Amino acid sequence: MKKRTLALMLSAALCVGMLAGCGGGDAGSANSPAGNTNSPAVTESETPDNTTELTGTVVTNGSTSMESVMGSLTEAFREVQPGIQVQYTGSGSGAGITSAQDGTADIGLASRDLKDDETGVKAITVAKDGIAIIINPENPVADLSVEQIAQLATGEITNWSEVGGNDAQVVFIGREAGSGTRDGFESITGTTDNCKYQNELTSTGEVIANVASNPNAIGYASLSAVDDTVKAITVGGVAPSEETVLDGSYAIQRNFNFIVSDSAELSDAAQAFIEWATSADAADLIAGAGAVPVAE
Amino acid sequence: MKQKLRPLEVTMNLLFFLCGFIAVVFVLFISIYLIVSGLPAIKEIGLVEFLFGTKWASTASEPSFGILPFILTSIYGTAGAIVLGVPVGFMTAVFLAKIAPPKLATAVRTAVDLLAGIPSVVYGLIGMMVLVPAVRELFNLPDGASLFCAIIVLAVMILPSIISVSETALKAVPKEYEEASLALGATHIETVFRVSVPAASSGIAASIVLGIGRAIGEAMAVIMVAGNVANMPSLFSSVRFLTTAVASEMSYASGLQRQALFSIALVLFLFIMLINVILNTLLKRKKG
Repeated sequence: MKKRTLALMLSAALCVGMLAGCGGGDAGSANSPAGNTNSPAVTESETPDNTTELTGTVVTNGSTSMESVMGSLTEAFREVQPGIQVQYTGSGSGAGITSAQDGTADIGLASRDLKDDETGVKAITVAKDGIAIIINPENPVADLSVEQIAQLATGEITNWSEVGGNDAQVVFIGREAGSGTRDGFESITGTTDNCKYQNELTSTGEVIANVASNPNAIGYASLSAVDDTVKAITVGGVAPSEETVLDGSYAIQRNFNFIVSDSAELSDAAQAFIEWATSADAADLIAGAGAVPVAE
Repeated sequence: MKQKLRPLEVTMNLLFFLCGFIAVVFVLFISIYLIVSGLPAIKEIGLVEFLFGTKWASTASEPSFGILPFILTSIYGTAGAIVLGVPVGFMTAVFLAKIAPPKLATAVRTAVDLLAGIPSVVYGLIGMMVLVPAVRELFNLPDGASLFCAIIVLAVMILPSIISVSETALKAVPKEYEEASLALGATHIETVFRVSVPAASSGIAASIVLGIGRAIGEAMAVIMVAGNVANMPSLFSSVRFLTTAVASEMSYASGLQRQALFSIALVLFLFIMLINVILNTLLKRKKG
């Protein structure tokens, strides 16, 4: 009997352990936007804005890469305009543009620019997403072209000596399927679905930690997350920084766009949200969410 | 007197019944939820294709959802952890129950209890920062994150369950058995291995099954050391377990990909259920 009780207690402990394990997974992503919500909201409410209290719902739909930016923005906007509710659905850039075209969303979200055949809508760039290519500080390689990076990612180049490094096997580390950073990296370098990963990790922090501990590793991470433990290489001679992303010289970047209809009139609520999101007030929030704000 | 207490009696009875019922409700709810949300994707993908497909590319433009790599990885990983963990755990249990002087046994037991209390994310973190680079250096690999690292971490994690359950089983062996054996001239060690261990065998078997259950259900520690690429498993390649397949893609999943993750959870759930049935059978056999 005693043994059975112990066994039951152990299995209970096991269950608790499993639950705790599950909870740990998304704790990191939940925390990041929360820290930055207060500052701009306070200043906003102090400055008497000429816009009056608006009410309504703004439906946004599109890019999953923009989820963290949209999360920070909607959370803070609730304090600026408590009457307006901003809804976000992550469905992908293509679906976001379509929903702006057919009017099912007030604002479509696209983490790429419009193609020529996507008509009837216009893009308003709200932020830029710079993706740093990181390697271990011990690695002598300092500069790679976009093409070389793509070849390293797809496994065409398997040894660092082929790009001027040591004679060592390349270890390519990335994010899990569905991650916005992974989608960004693969779409910019043209390696969608072709990357040969050695390691797929679920957070930017883990990618950086892994690259920092492995001298042969190469990975990608949001520009804002890169720290001293890894070396962000220059791409085609351009070092990644907010300036080079903003002026367009750093190649591995893309726009985060709001897609709005040309013909249909925007609701006051949607107009207010766009104006606020592209203003300097929202810049800190966007930076906090890992992107580069366009507004100064 | 007894009559007056009746309403309270009834209320408390009901309360205890409800508390007992909560556990049943949750088990039922989770089972039904998993089955309901796990089946559609299996139906859409096809059972054979799903269970025996060797390619997992959930977000590719032409997605494929084969979870054989995950199933095999989970089985190999658990088997590896058992192969490494059971001998060490069993010997420790024998040492604690039969050989160690009481003071030393208390100290070791405290350490084992503490080991059981360490959160799995801490195992993962230390595995990631210490074990993975060490394995890379030691075996001269390009990258250390591999099935091998996961097996080592899991082996350490299942030690406490194996040690405590086996030790309890060994201690429950009637003293008369051992005294009889000693009286017949067997040495202490002979007595332990020829008499005590066989007498406690079903308890020890139960501890192994419990270890299997812990190993196959672990996600957090494994996700940090295994590399998480959906390769067919081999000892030094980056692999993905059933648990980590669900955990790593859930946060951004949508559509069929999301449904397929529920299906993986269903498969995992069936594995765990099977292990529980085995455990119960073992415990019952010992009783009878």
